[in-house]
Amino acid sequence: MSALKIKKGTSKHSAYDLRDPNAEVMETHTLAVIVDNEAGVLARVIGLFSGRGYNIESLTVAEVDHEGHRSRITVVTTGTPAVIEQIKAQLGRMIPVYDVHDLTVEGPAVERELALIKVANTGEKRVEALRLADIFRANVVDSTLESFVFEMTGTTDKIDAFAELMRPLGLVEIARTGVAAMSRGTAA
Amino acid sequence: MTRQMTGAQMVVQALRDQGVDVVFGYPGGAVLPIYDEIFQQNDIRHILVRHEQGAVHAAEGYARSTGKPGVVLVTSGPGATNAVTGITDALMDSIPLVVLTGQVPTFMIGNDAFQEADTVGITRPCTKHNWLVKDPAKVSETIHQAFQVATNGRPGPVVVDLPKDVQFAQGTYTPPQQANLGHYNPQVKGDIDAITQLVEMIESAERPIIYSGGGVINSGTAASQLLRELVDATGFPITSTLMGLGAYPASGKSWLGMLGMHGTYEANLAMHGCDLMINIGARFDDRITGRIADFSPKSRKAHIDIDPSSINKSIHVDLPIIGDVGHVLEDLLRVWKSRGRKTAQAGLEKWWKQIAEWKSVNCLYYKPSKQAIKPQYALERLEALTRGHDRYVTTEVGQHQMWAAQFMGFEDPNRWMTSGGLGTMGYGLPASVGVQVAHPDALVINVAGEASWLMNMQEMGTAVQYRLPVKQFILNNERLGMVRQWQELLHGERYSHSWSEALPDFVKLAEAFGCKGIMVKDPADLDDAIQEMLDYDGPVIFDCLVEKHENCFPMIPSGEPHNKMLLGDASTKDAIQQGGAVLV
Ligand SMILES: Cc1ncc(C[n+]2csc(CCOP(=O)(O)OP(=O)(O)O)c2C)c(N)n1
Ligand SMILES: [Mg+2]
Repeated sequence: MSALKIKKGTSKHSAYDLRDPNAEVMETHTLAVIVDNEAGVLARVIGLFSGRGYNIESLTVAEVDHEGHRSRITVVTTGTPAVIEQIKAQLGRMIPVYDVHDLTVEGPAVERELALIKVANTGEKRVEALRLADIFRANVVDSTLESFVFEMTGTTDKIDAFAELMRPLGLVEIARTGVAAMSRGTAA
Repeated sequence: MTRQMTGAQMVVQALRDQGVDVVFGYPGGAVLPIYDEIFQQNDIRHILVRHEQGAVHAAEGYARSTGKPGVVLVTSGPGATNAVTGITDALMDSIPLVVLTGQVPTFMIGNDAFQEADTVGITRPCTKHNWLVKDPAKVSETIHQAFQVATNGRPGPVVVDLPKDVQFAQGTYTPPQQANLGHYNPQVKGDIDAITQLVEMIESAERPIIYSGGGVINSGTAASQLLRELVDATGFPITSTLMGLGAYPASGKSWLGMLGMHGTYEANLAMHGCDLMINIGARFDDRITGRIADFSPKSRKAHIDIDPSSINKSIHVDLPIIGDVGHVLEDLLRVWKSRGRKTAQAGLEKWWKQIAEWKSVNCLYYKPSKQAIKPQYALERLEALTRGHDRYVTTEVGQHQMWAAQFMGFEDPNRWMTSGGLGTMGYGLPASVGVQVAHPDALVINVAGEASWLMNMQEMGTAVQYRLPVKQFILNNERLGMVRQWQELLHGERYSHSWSEALPDFVKLAEAFGCKGIMVKDPADLDDAIQEMLDYDGPVIFDCLVEKHENCFPMIPSGEPHNKMLLGDASTKDAIQQGGAVLV
């Protein structure tokens, strides 16, 4: 488990303190977890987070290597630095886990999320929605005379911003995939 | 060479190839094909327990006392759910177990079939790993993998769930050498730079302490040997967790006794005041650390552990070394010797003087009595009368467990079996059964509380059936003693439901089971009674009526640091702070 570079000085207090959200600053980290694509593997990972009281902000999973039966789970989590280190160590010791990458500390990474956003409107609002979609580079993937379904990819923030703008313009529903992430550059 | 056989045959063949000589189990509909195979062979002995929880604890006792994995076989549904407490216990104490569970046939899974339970779902958080085997071709390989996972790295329990149709189906057997064991392969060698850094720390430490744990025992007898060599060569004081007792001998000159909530004064104060703490295979459990913010404030801390997630989990350490204790100690000793075997002599001498002062407090003192048997006295006598025997001790959970840890001396590893992490009442009797199965000629004693003992007392039937001469040494205070103690200290002496008004007559109970019962209540009769128990060639239920209101000291109240230790009843008034009361 090469990814387990446990940083010194990341935790100095107790298990009780670890649970105290005010004890240390909270950080958000994006982890890429490479796992055997076997039955129950996602339940294991989710069970680890719920059982130990860790946060999941976003989670995506899909098989990425069909031949090798490997899936990639991308988890966005928040916690104190000590908790983040624990999460990585706990993930790393699970039997079906090959590797845990902390994309937040391993260098620059790209993060993308896909969203489908439905708005129902007419007249001025319809025109405005379409104009904003253009600015945000959202595509229209379905439309009726009274509605659009926009498809957009981007960072979580960008999708949040677009969804916020759609709210007064007749937002009906949103479907989001959660974050997929990858380090920049040549290395895996 | 490949061989065609049924899934059930593969199970038995795989166990055979894994060197299994005994299985603890209980049959039922979903494992009948496997039981049929067990019936038709003689290589593997099956011990029929009386409850599946008993099977798991027995397997734990077997594993802990032999260093080999314990094997359990139970049926689906209630068989599997009954095993859950034992599996969780093994996970908390890092005991290698392979638990085979029957399952309803694959085509009925998910239909709420008779005796269906989502065994892999239920046991996912309480196993190191688990598998549901739906493909007959995978049965043998999965079992080989199960042994590999259970015994490598930090050991733990695994579950293999076997649907009944898979047990009947034909497939090709894969022997262990040909099995694909996957990528699980934890690092055993420690980083040599880190080990060298630890040697430097050892060379300059003036107030060092070695704090060892169950990991030393899990690592194997060689690790205990290396630990002894390290302690004796450096002259460093050593303490151990409950789980690690016996790795260093209690008669050794550097031994400070157990540490932690009910540990000795000298061990805890040495932990508090040290300048170098070397944690070897322990995990900074909350029973050990007390209040974290005040835990050993002035020390540099090194931590040797095979499980990376144990590092910095609750205590920040200055020097983590990830690896197997045995491997790391070997390298550590080699490097230390090659650099001239240096220690800071002058400092060490002062440190030992300080420790001698702490020792002189005589923290395990209790007030003797001529009227009632003090539980501590009973254990002192048991210790004296069994010293030198080929002896194994198991315990239940409560005051008696802590007294056993304090008053019995363990000279060797694998001789002490107790439920540490989970604190499972009902562990000791079935564990003693498992130990005795593994060591038929040894003296196996379960130091029990009457309440805990009743939780799995049905296993006395197992002991009688297999002529296992286990000695059930019950310290009967007619109380849930440890609960009573907490209620006295924390809850204004309101003894809410901490005693049983209708205890059985243990002597008659023994007769009903077909074994021997002995009752003793006068301190003057105690030695003779213990001798009678030892001389009897068969299982004994020993009902030792003890002082009912004795408290277990020393005690570090929850939430307090090591130096705020209670030594006896006089010091207990208002000792426990509001904040401490919420902790367990
Ligand atoms: C299964 C289980 N239930 C409850 C407890 C909580 N508990 C811890 S010690 C104890 C009392 C044990 O009484 P006994 O076995 O008589 O031992 P004593 O403390 O009296 O020596 C209880 C109820 C536990 N540890 N395990
Ligand atoms: Mg009792």
